[in-house]
Parts: sequence; C-alpha cells; structure tokens
Amino acid sequence: MNRVDLTRFPKTSALLRSRWPQFLLRAVTLAGFVFTILAGLFGSVVGSHNFAIIFVWIAWWSALKLFFIPFGGRSWCSICPIPMPGEWMQKGGLFSPSGKGFGLGKRWPKKLRGNWLQAGGFLLIGLFGAVTLTSARVTALILLFIIILAFVLSLVFERRSFCNYLCPIGGFTGLYAQAGPVEVRVKEKQVCAEHSEKTCYTACPWGQYPLALKSSADCGLCMECLRVCPSDNIAVNLRPWGSDLGPKSKQSLDEVFLGLVMLASVLVDSAVFLGPWGQLKTAAYEIGSLSWLGFAGLFLFVSFGVLPSLFSTAVWAATKLGSAKTTFRKTLMNYGQVLVPLGLMAWIAFTVSFAFVKFSYVLPVISDPFGWGWNLIGFTGKAQVGQSTPFSIWIQILLLCVGLFWASRVANQISETSKQAFPIITFSCLFSAGMLWLLIG
Amino acid sequence: MKSDSVLKNLVKKNWWISLIVLLALLIIFIPLPQSQNDAADRHFQVEASMFQFIPGRIQVNQGDRITLELISTDVVHGLSIDGYDFELIADPGQSQTATFIANKTGVFRFRCSIACGNMHPFMIGKLQVGPNWVLVRGIILGVLAVFAAFLSFRQSSHIQKSTVS
Repeated sequence: MNRVDLTRFPKTSALLRSRWPQFLLRAVTLAGFVFTILAGLFGSVVGSHNFAIIFVWIAWWSALKLFFIPFGGRSWCSICPIPMPGEWMQKGGLFSPSGKGFGLGKRWPKKLRGNWLQAGGFLLIGLFGAVTLTSARVTALILLFIIILAFVLSLVFERRSFCNYLCPIGGFTGLYAQAGPVEVRVKEKQVCAEHSEKTCYTACPWGQYPLALKSSADCGLCMECLRVCPSDNIAVNLRPWGSDLGPKSKQSLDEVFLGLVMLASVLVDSAVFLGPWGQLKTAAYEIGSLSWLGFAGLFLFVSFGVLPSLFSTAVWAATKLGSAKTTFRKTLMNYGQVLVPLGLMAWIAFTVSFAFVKFSYVLPVISDPFGWGWNLIGFTGKAQVGQSTPFSIWIQILLLCVGLFWASRVANQISETSKQAFPIITFSCLFSAGMLWLLIG
Repeated sequence: MKSDSVLKNLVKKNWWISLIVLLALLIIFIPLPQSQNDAADRHFQVEASMFQFIPGRIQVNQGDRITLELISTDVVHGLSIDGYDFELIADPGQSQTATFIANKTGVFRFRCSIACGNMHPFMIGKLQVGPNWVLVRGIILGVLAVFAAFLSFRQSSHIQKSTVS
C-alpha cells in the first residue's frame, strides 16, 4: 500500500543494479575518510581550523541526521567506507559478490548479537564526547581505530559483523531507519519460497534473507540481493515514513535499550553543548578528573536509571490499563517503537540547534583543511562566531512537536484504547518538554 | 461534478488537519501581553574562564539598559549575543564594558567570540529578556501535537472501519 517500487523504472533500476555508482561513491567516501584521518593527525590542533573536526562532527554528522536517515533510512551504510577494505579481502575482489577471498568466516558469538554493544559504543561516544568532538587528533585516532577494527573483524568473522553488532553509528542509523521512507522487500513471497538456492542470502553482506525482512533496521541497502536475484523479485520501495512502526511490529529488548540510550544521549549532549552550565562543560571535558567521574555518573544515571525507570513505569501502567493478558516484557517490546520517532526528531532538532550555528566553519576548512594557512578556495579566515536565529528556534520547536505527534500516534496505534496509550504519551510529553527546555528554555 | 464530490470527500476526511493548522498558526502568531515593568539601568559583571561564563544566565526586562562588564580570568575571551549587535573582548586579567538596550524579547545565547581552547564553540550563556513566550508557545504547540495525534488516529481507524464494512 502506498509504495513506489524504484526497480519498476528502467533508469533507477539500472542505477541500483549497477555496482559502479555505488563503488564510485564509496571510493569518494573512503578517500574522504583517509583525508580526514590525515588532517586530524597532522593538521591544526585548533578544532575549528581542522577539516577532521568540522567535516566529521558538523558536516557529516549533520548530513546523517538531516538528510541520510530521514530521506534514505540506512542509505549512509550503503556508501560507508569503513567496511570496504575488509569486504574486499573477504570477497577477494572489488566487485565479486561472494568470491573466495581471505578470512576465517566465523559466525559472530550468539551472546554478543543484537544492539547491546552498539548501545555501549554510543554511550562511550557520549562519555568522551566533549574531547572527541573538539580534538582533531582524538577524532582521527578513533576513525583509524574503527577502520582497523572493522578490517580485523572481517578477517575473523563472516560478512559485516562489525556493522551489524559493533558500529555505534550503525546502531543509530538502523534504529531510526525504521522510520525512514526506503525499504528493500521481496515482490512475491511465493517466488522466494520456491527458490532453493537463496542467492540473495548468500550475497548479502548483512546476513539478511529478504523474504524474512520485516523491518529496515538491519538492511544496509547495499542492493546485492537485487543484483543477484535470478527472478527479479526484489523491490526497492519508497514508502510512507514510519511504515515499520505499528501494531504488527515490535522491537527486541536490545532495540528498546538502544532507543533509551539515544534519548539519554541527546538530552545530555543538549545540556553539555548547548546549555549555559560551564561547570558541566568543564566536567565533561576533563576526562579522568573527579568532576568528569561525576559527569559520567550523571550520564549513566540518566541512561540506566532515570529514562529506563520512567519508561518502564509508563509501560507497566499501560500493561495494567490493557485488557489483554500480556507480559510486561511483551508490552515493553511493543511500546519500544515509540522511542524511534521521539528520538529521531529530538536528534534532528538538536542538530538544527547545534550545527546550523557552526556551518560557517565548513567553507573555511575546505579552503584550509589542515589549518596551515592555505587558501584554496578563498574562504580562509572567514568563519563567523555564528548565532541561532528565530527561524532556527521555531524549526526546533516544530521538529519536537512532530516527534511528539508521531510518537503519540504510534502509541495510539499500538494500544487497545486511548486510555492505555496515556502513560506512554505522558512519557513522550515529559521527554519532549525536557528537550524543549534545553534547546530554547 | 465528480471532481466536486472528490473534493468534498477530501475536505470531509481531512477537516481536522485544517483545524490543527489553524490552531497552530494561532498559537504561533497570537500577540501576548508585554511586561509592564519600567525600564531600568542594570549592571552585570560576567566572569569568563575556560569554558564558562559566570553567571551563565542573565534575566532582564524588555527595555532595560544593560551594562555588561566582561572580566577574563585566564586567556582572551569574547562575548557576543545572538540577535544583538553586541560584542566585548577582554584580555587576561582585564575587563571591558559596554552598554546596550535589551529591546528584543526572548532567550538569546551569548557566546565566546574569540577562540579560547577546544571547548570554545560550546562556551555559551543565556540572556533572557522578558518572559520566555516562545517556550510557552512551544509547550502549547506540544499539547496540540498530542491532540492532533488522537484526531489523526481516530480519523484513520474510522476510515479503516468504513472500508472494511
């Protein structure tokens, strides 16, 4: 219903089926990735004069939340350079979908599956965020560590184990891709059921079987299934936003936890980076100090204590208000979906508040990426202090309202009655009010 | 004739969207009472150090004549206020003073305008001029968003039921 299959149009179909456009885009992002590491390691220590800081934390991080996820779901994952070198080794070539390359091809340990480690990774980003976001060298070292880790893991484990289970950004994009307007699905289930070879599963670097795909959280939109399907039975659909959310869907416990970690992170980041509390900023920055331990304790308390308790209480109340016999765990997994639109819109509002002010730094660092005094395109030294405008303030308010509307609607869809949805909507209101206060209060 | 009935049907089904948009516009644009306090001369001493302003939050009334004295305790710091053409720069151990009229209402961030270290882009304080009506309007819009969600859900389930029957 209400879906447009892009493979029905000859031009988009050809574009999606060919490996060349994707390869070229990934080659560009890989080159950008290497250049960012070099700029971080050898460029200026002043963050606002270094390509690594401005491009990773202003340009790319904003583009991910303002463009890639809301309009393309996991589209960034399809051009992400991080798994490229390892994947080439695994495949034994640039283009072959399942060549005989290097690697032990072990399965990822069962106990470590799910989004738990990705949530942990995101918490680490938050705990060390004040330094990571402001030190070009630390940013470069983290990027270097990540690409080496992804490479090593791809030699030991099968497919994109790093992306599936470890990458914090993969967790972030996967969670919010459920609200995105793009999906890969099969056209006719019967055709897949009768096809014994399962070429799509064999070719999928994400280990997904398209016939079983119910959510877009784990599909990296690499299009390999589309390319290898002998029956032309894979559709790449444009769909209404939030199609994965509703009464027929539910989340796993690790996804619920990831959703709560994302809410906690956006609250804490808004307080640290946009708030007027200088002591909080100093505490977040002075890693290892007593004040940083206090900050870390506060962050973990919000992530593991405040938000999970509030959400659990709301879910418990909703369980009690429902007539059907169900467990708290099942209700939690159903209502976990509410965290998706709530978190996505809060992150977008935060980005508008945070990044719009800093966009004036982008052209100057292209002009002088290392901060060495170059003036490649004539913009060196033209960065402004930046300021928020009434327009951006109203955009933030409207984004938070859209998030609250969306979350309340999903809560209503899942609930038997409006009364049952009430506690979950109250939780959503509390969170949105907190964000509103932090951003414009 | 056919297009007329389609249009009528569309309006009938989506009346609530027009209602919500109308209410939202009303909430955003309806004029609210301005504070009646007499304008006064106010003096604030703001201490700047890496990476904080003390006090981090300043509250004044609309029309107040504000004199800000910026004192830097470590490196060179600046202070510029969003929405106001105002900037101060203070050398270490020195102070600089300037005056402006707080003629715009709302909450405005003030920022360090001279690169002073890694956390410089986030060295932020807040100036509140008069009541923060934008926050109040935002909260009311939030309530409207919840109301809109109820209406939207009821409308879509009504359509589903009538389609099934």
